[in-house]
Amino acid sequence: MGIVQIIAVILILVLLVKPAGTYLYHVFSGEPNRTDRIFGGTERGIYRLIGLKQRGGMSWKKYAVSFIVTNIALVTFSYILLRLQKGLPLNPGGIGNMEETLTFNTVISFITNTNLQHYSGETGVSYFSQMAVMTMLMFTSAASGFSVAVAFVRGITGRSSVGNFFEDFVKAHIRVFIPLALLVTLALVGLHVPQTLKPALEVTTLEGQSQQIAIGPIASLESIKHIGTNGGGFFGANSAHPFENPSPLSNVLEILSMWLLPASLPYMYGKFAKNKRQGWMIFGAMMTLFVVLLGLNYAAESAGNPAVNAMGIDASQGSMEGKEVRFGIAQSALFTTVTTAATTGSVNNMHDTLTPLGSITPLTLMMLNNVFGGKGVGLVNMLMYAILGVFLCGLMVGRTPEFLGRKIEAREMKLIAIAILIHPLIILVPTAAAFLTDLGQGSISNPGFHGMTQVLYEYVSSAANNGSGFEGLADNTSFWNITTGIVMLLGRYVSIIAMLAVAGSLLRKKPVPETIGTFRTDNGLFTGILIGTVLIIGALTFLPVIVLGPIAEYLTLR
Amino acid sequence: MSTVQRKKLLTGPILLSAAKDSVVKLNPVTLMKNPVMFVVEVGTVIVLLMVLAPGYFNAEHSVGFNISVFFILLFTVLFANFAEALAEGRGKAQADSLKKTKQDITANKLAGSAIKQVPASELRKGDVVLVSQGEMIPGDGEVIEGLASVDESAITGESAPVIKEAGGDFGSVTGGTRVVSDQIKLRITSDPGESFLDRMISLVEGAKRQKTPNEIALNTLLISLTIIFLIVVVTLRPIADYIGVQLEIPVMIALLVCLIPTTIGGLLSAIGIAGMDRVTQFNVLAMSGKAVEAAGDINTMILDKTGTITFGNRMASEFVTVGGESGTELAAWAAVSSLKDETPEGRSVLELSKKLELSYDGSLAEGGAFVEFKAETRMSGIDLHDGRLVRKGAVDSVKKWVLSQGGAVPADLDSNSDAIARLGGTPLAVAVDNRIYGLIYLKDTVKPGMKERFDELRSMGIKTIMCTGDNPLTAATIAREAGVDDFIAESTPEDKIAVIRREQNEGKLVAMTGDGTNDAPALAQADVGLAMNSGTTAAKEAANMVDLDSDPSKIIEVVAIGKQLLMTRGALTTFSIANDIAKYFAIIPAMFTLAIPEMEALNVMGLGSPSSAIISALIFNAIIIPLLIPLAMRGVSYKPMSSTKLLARNIVIYGLGGVVVPFAGIKLIDMIVRIWI
Repeated sequence: MGIVQIIAVILILVLLVKPAGTYLYHVFSGEPNRTDRIFGGTERGIYRLIGLKQRGGMSWKKYAVSFIVTNIALVTFSYILLRLQKGLPLNPGGIGNMEETLTFNTVISFITNTNLQHYSGETGVSYFSQMAVMTMLMFTSAASGFSVAVAFVRGITGRSSVGNFFEDFVKAHIRVFIPLALLVTLALVGLHVPQTLKPALEVTTLEGQSQQIAIGPIASLESIKHIGTNGGGFFGANSAHPFENPSPLSNVLEILSMWLLPASLPYMYGKFAKNKRQGWMIFGAMMTLFVVLLGLNYAAESAGNPAVNAMGIDASQGSMEGKEVRFGIAQSALFTTVTTAATTGSVNNMHDTLTPLGSITPLTLMMLNNVFGGKGVGLVNMLMYAILGVFLCGLMVGRTPEFLGRKIEAREMKLIAIAILIHPLIILVPTAAAFLTDLGQGSISNPGFHGMTQVLYEYVSSAANNGSGFEGLADNTSFWNITTGIVMLLGRYVSIIAMLAVAGSLLRKKPVPETIGTFRTDNGLFTGILIGTVLIIGALTFLPVIVLGPIAEYLTLR
Repeated sequence: MSTVQRKKLLTGPILLSAAKDSVVKLNPVTLMKNPVMFVVEVGTVIVLLMVLAPGYFNAEHSVGFNISVFFILLFTVLFANFAEALAEGRGKAQADSLKKTKQDITANKLAGSAIKQVPASELRKGDVVLVSQGEMIPGDGEVIEGLASVDESAITGESAPVIKEAGGDFGSVTGGTRVVSDQIKLRITSDPGESFLDRMISLVEGAKRQKTPNEIALNTLLISLTIIFLIVVVTLRPIADYIGVQLEIPVMIALLVCLIPTTIGGLLSAIGIAGMDRVTQFNVLAMSGKAVEAAGDINTMILDKTGTITFGNRMASEFVTVGGESGTELAAWAAVSSLKDETPEGRSVLELSKKLELSYDGSLAEGGAFVEFKAETRMSGIDLHDGRLVRKGAVDSVKKWVLSQGGAVPADLDSNSDAIARLGGTPLAVAVDNRIYGLIYLKDTVKPGMKERFDELRSMGIKTIMCTGDNPLTAATIAREAGVDDFIAESTPEDKIAVIRREQNEGKLVAMTGDGTNDAPALAQADVGLAMNSGTTAAKEAANMVDLDSDPSKIIEVVAIGKQLLMTRGALTTFSIANDIAKYFAIIPAMFTLAIPEMEALNVMGLGSPSSAIISALIFNAIIIPLLIPLAMRGVSYKPMSSTKLLARNIVIYGLGGVVVPFAGIKLIDMIVRIWI
């Protein structure tokens, strides 16, 4: 039954990829189409309002600067609001101002689309902050990432320019995120997710005691949380909380809403490249890695915990510790895999209690950060590996490597080198540093191999801008707030800028016509090469720490 | 293919000097240029310190292990140095012999009317010198007076002398070659240090060898992989410490060295040098490695018809009778007229008659007097001892000759000869006394094997364009026969440049060959320009390659060498990186098993002990370098085929092979190593 559920969701996704990808292409290709009639008016109004008269193409540098400046403005605004939230309206709970390092961590966490939450939603932020900071950043950070991905695709497919950041940013909101969020919000409300501005409910329990039940504008946050692959929950328990994710149906809806856009981007890329097979090959590589890792998690969780099994407890249900009974193993495994593949970071089960082998799945997906990936970054990363694969193997056809008709030369390799270097650097160095100091080690709640995984997970999640927590780590301290804040910043901006530079550099090159002697990137052989490159360059780097963490835990637990 | 004999790949002295050089290259200042190997060297030094002062590092218990690690690391660096030194060695040997040629040439410099003896090294551009029989030509120059045959074997390896004369396309001479007959006056065209010979020496020596764009890009990748693994290994220690796994420094260095791409890092420069060297061995002088790489990327090849696609000299292909004469008689007289004719045309008549199995009476010619071809008469032939005069030659001349003897001209002579001319052929009339027997159809013949070569090029995705001065009809005939993709008839040098620009605007890379001064701009415009050594100085300077054998069809092989160079680099890179999987499986369990005995489960290869596993992986990592040197030097085998097939084949050999071979190799080495450990 579990497998049927999983296959059904994957099938629905695959069926949605083509229409969604086509829609995205129409939104961003700049060619006149039907969506103009529906949204054109609103957008023109916004352009007039913000004084965007010239909407011509930008150079990659201008695009990158526009992206960064916009993000800085949003972060500054959010920082001020969180620090002053006590005196601001819509604070029925009378929640106080947020602490400095926590605010630093929180705003970075949301602008980088990470949503690593070191605060607790119920007690740490007011309704106003939830809406004006959290929800707002969930839209803008997703739209920022999306715009960059589209710009990158334009660059490598040889459009006239990488595009105009502000136009992309506005379009991503008006034509993609807002309408989709609206639909999903209504559907969630229909599935009994609360949406209200009333303060927490005060109820009397059967024992006659009074209890506070937190509610609020949940459905609206929940929708963009997934559509924007943000992951920051309204409650600390995130999508495991019955108000955020009440039923298996809402669970599937949430899975699809975080998975659909990242999965449709390869198709959109194929349309930009005027060769849909290019897109399908990228999709194929992503799906293959996805299915393998999903299988690992599902199998490991179904097998249960050997220590528990040894006690003679019925293991037929698998490892249900930390999982919601209403979801079961299959829906939990799928959620875990999708949320870390799409770097959303919402959780419907506690990753800390995953079986050791099961925890390899979320870790690996975040370490790769290119199996679908969030808000466009996943596609950009996968295309980066594609360029890398072309560079390594392309020489074997006896020509200077070319990707989509453009030569891959020293400049591109330098930029890609930065991007592939930064990821292990910002994961392994802070992890090692955390173990060198008591500030880091002191937060570990479960020493030994599992404790090592806790720390590793925290930085992997930050670096991949995922935001899910392994939890069990006492992470609301200055040390964790500041280090993960820096890791999130570097994880997001360094590779984005490097890859925009690659797009700009490829755009300037004269395309080489395709001949029979050209290295083809639209066949199954290339999908294989791509997967190999991802595994050897992306995954092997992390093998030693995976062995020391989950694998050692597994081997000693047997 | 060229007739030049290939020099032996390896000789004793080269091996010996390479071994010496590989020690010299341990100098960290030079090794720094190769960051991958430099990291290995730093690791080697650290392990050496631990061996020398074990007390300081708390490493008394593992001195034996550390000594083994030290030696394996040292040999890893030495092997890489050896590969490079070996590749450079052949070039050096060649350069040394060239340098000998250069020494002590005295020039007869003309100062006004007097002749002054000066050392060749003092000659400047514009000086005029006289070179007589038996003397060395003191510098590159243009013949301004006289005609001489010159022995260019010092440069080309070809012993047959070539004629050099003032004016025209055969006026350029190269310093270091020897005049074997007559005397010529030259104007020097290069300053000291810039001559062809100087450039050639510095090229084969590799002194000025600059990294090519592709090498730079690949190096960037290798460096970043090295840094990544450096991060992986360095950060592993505090993480392992937390879990209670003590990592020894030599073990960490072993892991690092196994993971960083030492195989390709050690062979990369050897591959580049060897690629250049293969071009040189082929008697083509490439001015830079960049040009050789560009050759691999060529999309379009522009070839001159004459000399490249066809033999250039016209060959008899048919006998055409006129005026109702019999074919056998025409063939017989044509053969007789050519019996003593040593020109290629003359010989081809005899060959044709042999091919058609026609007989003639050879004794007729005995005692006859051969009449040589002269520009005035435009006929050649033989005066038989019985008084009959046999002639063959230009139709007009033969007609006049026959008429002057009172003979008649057959009515269909003109129409037949016009038909031959229209097809691009040359008609020769054959007459005996006052009687015209018919015509020999001389045709420009496509060199054998050209069609297959062009098919190969097409299968590699390379388009061929033939350039010819012929009329469109003739051009089309030859183009069809040779199987080129396109042609330009009645082409001028300007047309060539236009075609090159047109192709380049489409993003294509263009290769061409040329020899004349008027080819120079096109040679410069092309991405790969191959000039003939027999050509003018201007052409040689504009081109980025010079063929010392002056065989224009060699451009096809140059493209293949370029492709092979890139493929070798790609194959070894893929192989090197794919090796990491097995090395991980060898070292990781070994590193952790002592502290976490359950890790033995990861020892999928069943290696003897942690120490033997690490030593075996390191040994494999080291010896794979010398094992791959022959492949790096020779290049991977290359047959023209489509990129998809080529890729699939190479991925299987070097990609999958790269995954599987080290598993087997490490296991094998471990079975030997475990005997000691």
